[in-house]
Amino acid sequence: MAILSHDDILKLAQLARLSLSDEEVESFINEISSILNYVEQLNEVETDDLEPTNQVTGLVNVWRPDKVINYGYQVDDILKIVPKMHDRYIRVGRMIE
Amino acid sequence: MSNWPKIQQLAKEVNSGKTSAASLVAKSLALIEQKKEFQAIISTTSDRARRRAEEIDNKVKKGQNAGRLAGVPFIAKDNFLAFGAETTAASNMLKGFDAPYQATAINKLEAEGAICVAKANLDAFAHGSSTENSDFFTTLNPYDKSRVPGGSSGGSAASIALDVAPFSLGTDTGGSIRAPASFCGVVGYKPTYGLVSRSGVVAMASSTDCIGALANCVEDVALVMEVMSGQDDLDSTTVEVKDNKFSDFKKPNKQIKIGLVKEYLADGINQKVKDRVLSISEKISNNGDIVKEISLPSLPLALAVYYILCPAEVASNLSRYDGQRYGFSDANSKSLEESYYNSRSKGFGNEAKRRIMIGTYVLSSGYYDAYYKKAQIVRTKMINEFTEAFKKVDYLIGPATPTTAFKIGEFTADPLSMYLNDIVLVAANLVGIPSIAIPAGKVDKLPIGVQLMARQKEDHNLINYAKYLEELINA
Repeated sequence: MAILSHDDILKLAQLARLSLSDEEVESFINEISSILNYVEQLNEVETDDLEPTNQVTGLVNVWRPDKVINYGYQVDDILKIVPKMHDRYIRVGRMIE
Repeated sequence: MSNWPKIQQLAKEVNSGKTSAASLVAKSLALIEQKKEFQAIISTTSDRARRRAEEIDNKVKKGQNAGRLAGVPFIAKDNFLAFGAETTAASNMLKGFDAPYQATAINKLEAEGAICVAKANLDAFAHGSSTENSDFFTTLNPYDKSRVPGGSSGGSAASIALDVAPFSLGTDTGGSIRAPASFCGVVGYKPTYGLVSRSGVVAMASSTDCIGALANCVEDVALVMEVMSGQDDLDSTTVEVKDNKFSDFKKPNKQIKIGLVKEYLADGINQKVKDRVLSISEKISNNGDIVKEISLPSLPLALAVYYILCPAEVASNLSRYDGQRYGFSDANSKSLEESYYNSRSKGFGNEAKRRIMIGTYVLSSGYYDAYYKKAQIVRTKMINEFTEAFKKVDYLIGPATPTTAFKIGEFTADPLSMYLNDIVLVAANLVGIPSIAIPAGKVDKLPIGVQLMARQKEDHNLINYAKYLEELINA
């Protein structure tokens, strides 16, 4: 059973900033629907008043002092991996037409 | 016989000047070259490795101690940020990525004198169970070239089976260390969630991502885990484990209770694999410990929970790849918006896209409660069942994979069947408990592993018992 339609896939792709080929859209309709069908078995589970688990070792709010720590990272090393630069700024494409 | 003595012995020989770090690095690099046809390795860090070996040898010459892993070569899965080679995560998105810093795990190993010599192949971004999702090539199983090594740490596991280095590093988000360990006949360790810092490792699903080691024996894995473990400012989810002298082996001085997991011997598990687990359980009870069947009724749901949580967290983590700050960037895009679409569509492979799409769906408005929240609630149910089980037994035992290594191409057309390979492994990730895969002999000439699980933060006890079990299996 296909849970997702052609339009659903296009909508999701847009949310995720992916442009998909026609073949990708077609295969995702079936593949993703079959995976969603599989996970739907969870709807049958009795969970009564259980709370969701977000953090598995029970940590809450790990604090640290609000001060700069030098880990030895070099700004220039980090800038070296930027695709497009202008002086020491990251350059991106036009945002407004 | 292995090309390598035990790690502790190797480091001792380097520190005493009996052997040199340079010769160990040269040996490992030569073996990697010799075994090239298996495609376990993406790149070598040869220049940097040789320089580091020289530094270590000079230290020894000056009479200084070069560390507990002095001169020991190792291979890191290519999702660990490391100097000396690109860090690609086997993805086109990160092809050419020159890491500006190293993973904490790598820094800790280096501080004890270990030397990273190469980066191992994986499923791109660690999404997969076979290395077939690598954007570059598929690693071949050392025991049968027509079969997969398992995944996603397939290159790391194959490297150990090919004996090209004494140990390797992997990541285990839903079985990715233990499954390839099982398929390649090596030891693979997934620790308690948070035992090892994830800083500098390409994120997959942050609530279950774990860093671990693979080697030929439990003793070697224990020493590497001991060095890597510990709290880290750079990863606030790291936990404090007081009993962390993993390489200090002590024989358990009481009768141990082992729970044989009923759900892991159900349909879908190969009969001969079941028989291996049962015969090992018999050995355990013949040697004085207690083995009893135990049921965790929610276990069959683990994979469904995982395939909601994992894609959701993958979609979030992969949103950082926008083509602007690092990684693949489409040079022909005119606007920022167009650059996002083009960079992501060309940089991500099929499986990454599939998981981003599923994750986006289960997190989207109107579906969040039905999928993501429901999965987190079932996760709680599963945690409660494990807590109950561990009141009755010390460890849980089951197969590490439902079958031996499958054929290359066998499941590529059907992603769901591929996912089912991790069905016996994902629960440990969801519950955050340590789990180790140990070689349990062969089925039809292919290796198969047995899996042991323990309570959270009981890594030391688990490793101790795993060493005992390893000896028992090999006896």
